[in-house]
Amino acid sequence: MATLHLINRSPLESRALEDCLARAGKGDAVLLIENAVYAAVKGADCEAVMESARGQVTFYALGPDLEARGVKTSEIAEKICVVDYGGFVDLTADHQPIQFWF
Amino acid sequence: MRYAPLGGVKVREALDMIMTAAAFDQAVRLLMLDDGVFLLKRGQRPEASGLKPVAPLFEALALYDVEDVLVERESLQERQLTVEDLVIPVRVVDRADIAGLTAEHDVVISW
Repeated sequence: MATLHLINRSPLESRALEDCLARAGKGDAVLLIENAVYAAVKGADCEAVMESARGQVTFYALGPDLEARGVKTSEIAEKICVVDYGGFVDLTADHQPIQFWF
Repeated sequence: MRYAPLGGVKVREALDMIMTAAAFDQAVRLLMLDDGVFLLKRGQRPEASGLKPVAPLFEALALYDVEDVLVERESLQERQLTVEDLVIPVRVVDRADIAGLTAEHDVVISW
């Protein structure tokens, strides 16, 4: 089974996203939660590093965390799948192990 | 482990968990990435700052049969460190092999 990577820090305050992507394997999933959802915004600084990982990993962002921060669907980069809490649970059930990048 | 020492109780908590798991016969491996490699650096003397050194905790791991301590080659290089700078023997692994290594485990706990 592929690994699920969880990231909760804003890409502007932490290197967690880059550190994760440098070690993620092909077919892995990366779920952005809490302040990490800012990485899902179109044109964000980290877009290049995320672009280079596409094809390798699938990106997800937690919808309620986007909504809580006022990030509208229209602002989210394409190819990022927005999931609700149920989707979060499905991701944890479909992947193993689960690795948290604080 | 991805964070440098002296950042609070994280290191002690991590090692408590590792030693507890090992005491219950769980196969435990420790992987040091990013600033986590600084945890193993020789010559740390935080006592003057009123802090406890972490190196003895790592030296105690062998007593709990936790002998497979892995360190990422690139993390060492980025921090001007070599295995000779570290307090315990480690196995050096390449960044490209981390994904495969991670996938071999049932549970991954990050500190």
